[in-house]
Amino acid sequence: MRKFKEFIIEKLVLLCGFASIIFVGLIFLFLLREGLALFKTAGPFNFLFGKNWYPISEPAQLGILPLILGSLLVTVGAAVISIPIGVGCAIYIAEIAPIKIKEMLKAGIELLAAIPSVVLGFIGMVTLVPLVKNIFHLPTGLTALSGSIMLAFMAMPTIVSVAEDALYSVPKNYKEGAFALGATHWQTIWRVELPAASSGILAAIMLGIGRVIGETMAVMMITGNAAVIPHSILAPVRTLTATIAAEMGEAVVGSEHYFALFAIGIALFVISFAINVTADLFLHRDE
Amino acid sequence: MKNPHRTQRIAFFFLLLTTLLIVIPVGLIVVIIIQKGLPAINWQFLSAMPRQGMRAGGILPAIVGTFYLVSGAVTFALPIGLLAAIYLSEYSKGNKLTRLIKLAIVNLAGVPSVVYGLFGLALFVVFFKFGASILSGSLTLGIMILPIIITTSREALESVPQSFREVSLSLGASKWQTIRHIVLPNAVPGILTGTILGLGRAAGETAPILFTVAAFYLPRLPHSIFDQVMALPYHLYIISTQVPNVDEKVRYGTAFVLLALVLMMNLVAIIIRYKFRKNKKW
Repeated sequence: MRKFKEFIIEKLVLLCGFASIIFVGLIFLFLLREGLALFKTAGPFNFLFGKNWYPISEPAQLGILPLILGSLLVTVGAAVISIPIGVGCAIYIAEIAPIKIKEMLKAGIELLAAIPSVVLGFIGMVTLVPLVKNIFHLPTGLTALSGSIMLAFMAMPTIVSVAEDALYSVPKNYKEGAFALGATHWQTIWRVELPAASSGILAAIMLGIGRVIGETMAVMMITGNAAVIPHSILAPVRTLTATIAAEMGEAVVGSEHYFALFAIGIALFVISFAINVTADLFLHRDE
Repeated sequence: MKNPHRTQRIAFFFLLLTTLLIVIPVGLIVVIIIQKGLPAINWQFLSAMPRQGMRAGGILPAIVGTFYLVSGAVTFALPIGLLAAIYLSEYSKGNKLTRLIKLAIVNLAGVPSVVYGLFGLALFVVFFKFGASILSGSLTLGIMILPIIITTSREALESVPQSFREVSLSLGASKWQTIRHIVLPNAVPGILTGTILGLGRAAGETAPILFTVAAFYLPRLPHSIFDQVMALPYHLYIISTQVPNVDEKVRYGTAFVLLALVLMMNLVAIIIRYKFRKNKKW
């Protein structure tokens, strides 16, 4: 009887072991199931490179180029801000900060990672958006720039913690060797530790950017939601994620609009999949 | 000639600057929300129904809704996540298959939250015909927090020394008995940490519940798991962007309650982890 019970339990354990694979497969399957239906009526080229996103006009125009460019602009902006700051902070925590401050900083970074994105979006709306509006004398502060700044803060915890791990795992004798040769601490960091940790830092940056591309609520609340091709970082934009979040509520199940939003979901899933697999390869090169 | 020590001073100054550029805004965010949100909090705000199109009254249904969603998510994710962690830590052989599973976990953790929303809509709401309901929302959130629970539980299980298992096995216990009575009890604090972190994540996410459960305005408490509910993060989103002329106090108050809830859970998780590390027997 006990043997039988253990047999059942072990099979259950095995099944749950595969759960993550099953769920990734299910997500992809269901996105495809709903999203591919779009291409019965619209060509993939027109979908990806169409310049107009008018989902409720008659006939609907479903070109996601403005949304792709919106996501791209906001992401590049966030990357420019968050990469130097995030990597710099990781070096500070890993190398320079005294042990007590190090623990506090790490807790602070965890705190930032824990703040829900809708709260960050709200704070962005009441502080950052008016600030951007006044500094640049704009009709509205809901711009790609505001979104970039806010998203940079969502990417930083990922960048800092993964990069800090990478720096921490550089073998201690590399550092001792450099010191023994008379290098200063900074020379050691710059010439020895950063190159040694480069693949981990690269992974950190990729994961941070992955976080930015997938971020939804904050970006929807502060980028102004204008689905037009952006001409400047000070113009309102709309991202891929925000489009899904803003429009799915009104899209009729089974309509072309509904399928198009799922097709955007496929694009997002594929992008995040590619980023995560590549970053994982960088992190586990030796395996 | 370049002076390496001066270069170092300049470099370290900039590194400190980057750190401050993260720490100060984070501090400001928390301070602003506490300063402006705390005065809005009173018993009535926490225990009353919203009134006048959410411009007045309390946020009780949103708090209750979030509580139901989070409980549902954990009820679903904890057993699966824990068993998956047991598989990875105790049964898997470290081969290609294990690598594939780990890759799947990483990917699951990286899927954008709004894509979870789409998935929940397609699978639970439409395909299984659960409709927009607590059930659909909880399951969607549950799948989303699965990677957090698996990863932290696995770390906790793997940190139990190998010798514990060997002693148990040498005394004639079976593999499952060893896991059940030796490995699991020693990993409980770590598993708890992961579970609470998952709870915090589920409580704060908005995008996955947008199309699977969240109700715009529903001033009553749910009766069954097939009811729609309001939820704190979605409520904050709509009173910030969709409803005009909401009193600032209501917004900050809602943001405060949500932030306090999430940070409290994280704090508890950090404390458990800290105590556990200090009292480790090995």
